[in-house]
Amino acid sequence: MTNKSAIDEGAPSDQSVSINAVKAAFEEIGQMTRFTMRFFKEVLKPRYEFRALLKQSYIIGYKSFPLIAITGLIMGLVLTIQTRPTLASFGAESWLPGMVSLSIIREIGPVIAALIFAGKVGSGIGAELASMKVTEQIDAMEVSGLNPFKYLVVTRVLATTLMLPVLVIAADAVSLFGSYLAINLKGDISFQLFFSQAFAAITFTDVFPAIIKTFFFGFSVGIIGCYKGYNSVKGTEGVGAAANSAVVIGSLAVFITDMIAVQLTSLFT
Amino acid sequence: MKNTVAEIKHLKKSFGTKNVLKDISLKLEKGENLVVLGKSGSGKSVLIKCLVGLIQPDSGEVDLFGKEISELTNQELNVLRKKVGFLFQSAALYDSMTVRENLEFPLRDLPSADTTDTEALVRDALKNVGLEEAIDKMPSELSGGMIKRVGLARTLILKPDIILYDEPTTGLDPITSKEISKLILEVQQKYNTASIIITHDVPCARITANRILIIKEGVFIAEGTFDELSASEDEWIRSFFI
Ligand SMILES: Nc1ncnc2c1ncn2[C@@H]1O[C@H](COP(=O)(O)OP(=O)(O)O)[C@@H](O)[C@H]1O
Ligand SMILES: [Mg+2]
Repeated sequence: MTNKSAIDEGAPSDQSVSINAVKAAFEEIGQMTRFTMRFFKEVLKPRYEFRALLKQSYIIGYKSFPLIAITGLIMGLVLTIQTRPTLASFGAESWLPGMVSLSIIREIGPVIAALIFAGKVGSGIGAELASMKVTEQIDAMEVSGLNPFKYLVVTRVLATTLMLPVLVIAADAVSLFGSYLAINLKGDISFQLFFSQAFAAITFTDVFPAIIKTFFFGFSVGIIGCYKGYNSVKGTEGVGAAANSAVVIGSLAVFITDMIAVQLTSLFT
Repeated sequence: MKNTVAEIKHLKKSFGTKNVLKDISLKLEKGENLVVLGKSGSGKSVLIKCLVGLIQPDSGEVDLFGKEISELTNQELNVLRKKVGFLFQSAALYDSMTVRENLEFPLRDLPSADTTDTEALVRDALKNVGLEEAIDKMPSELSGGMIKRVGLARTLILKPDIILYDEPTTGLDPITSKEISKLILEVQQKYNTASIIITHDVPCARITANRILIIKEGVFIAEGTFDELSASEDEWIRSFFI
């Protein structure tokens, strides 16, 4: 109640606040685009940071594997258990391996892995680069006449782009195994029968677009994490904010990319 | 006889509505230690960051070795930057790398002829700051004074002609501060480098300065030697030295 007059007074400026927010959002998109353009410019220029790329790939790929594998296994289990009653009510239980593997390969595997990836790797990159920015380590590279964008950003974005597809394939495999386990909970199915049914349902046009889009997921997560960290504001709260928005915007970007990918795929198949 | 290595002319810089630097001009001569004294928040760090192009000034001119940096390409600027050492306030050691890798990092872009004996260069730079034994440590294992020393070693490894020190003694105990100040003096005498030392630490200024500039509200309000300024008529200036 006491705030009412304050709100009334603020009414005209409310509009300008929302206009400013829209303006800020567009400015952010513009800057992010510039950042992305800079990536493409610098990725082709020598010197190529192979050692840093290998190190980042190891950190990004190897270290997120356990988390993504566990998530994949659970998704496979859950999806199978949830789907079974529906199929059973149509008397189509034998469809279970085919149907579950199709959803895993086409959608669940890539998207769940990418979201976990955005949560773990995106936030990690955002926080790491932000703290390097805040403690002037990025400035220090720059005044040594080196190119921190190349050393820090290009290597990380390449690593996320190349590693996520590998992780997704691994997640798919573990997920299918989870599904096999779930089917074995009730009734019995041999390992061979399960996989022959699963792969009978999957065609090249299911696998190929699903893998291609994961390169874009990985790229989005990497470039957004780097952008947020590299342009972090001063102070320790800047590090937290960078990590946080790297995850939020990174996850959103995964969904948006997925939507575009689905549209494109349905156009061409 | 004078030999100017860096010059700033009428530099202005504001952030939003805040005029941090209003009209700053200075000349840095070869081989001299120039101390810039000022309260924290007076724009000292902004000033030296403008000098190496880390911050773009709103107006004014910055010359390094006779070249105006705003007219240089990125590549040309990077060549000049290798001749300018910058010791950050936090030392800015790369915390994911060992001391050795920290010191090797600035060397990585040099033509291979210069880097054939990286190991010797690194050891030599560490010896200069008395920290040879720390070569394989991580920055997180070092004390504040050691971090500053390693930062200084990393700055020295490219044998710069100019060194910019951003509050080299802030956050250190008086004894370590004095050691670092003496080290700065040693570097000047050994390599004949020109330095700008940003500080609000008067003992450090006494040890290192050939000449002192005092910055207040975005302009230099006084210039002189340590003795001249500590005997100044102006009460505000004198209050620094008490
Ligand atoms: N990148 C920046 N963006 C906005 N304000 C800044 C920036 N860098 C410095 N400032 C402001 O400029 C003023 C001077 O900062 P600084 O040069 O760091 O002071 P000091 O003399 O303590 O080194 C401070 O008030 C600071 O808030
Ligand atoms: Mg400062």
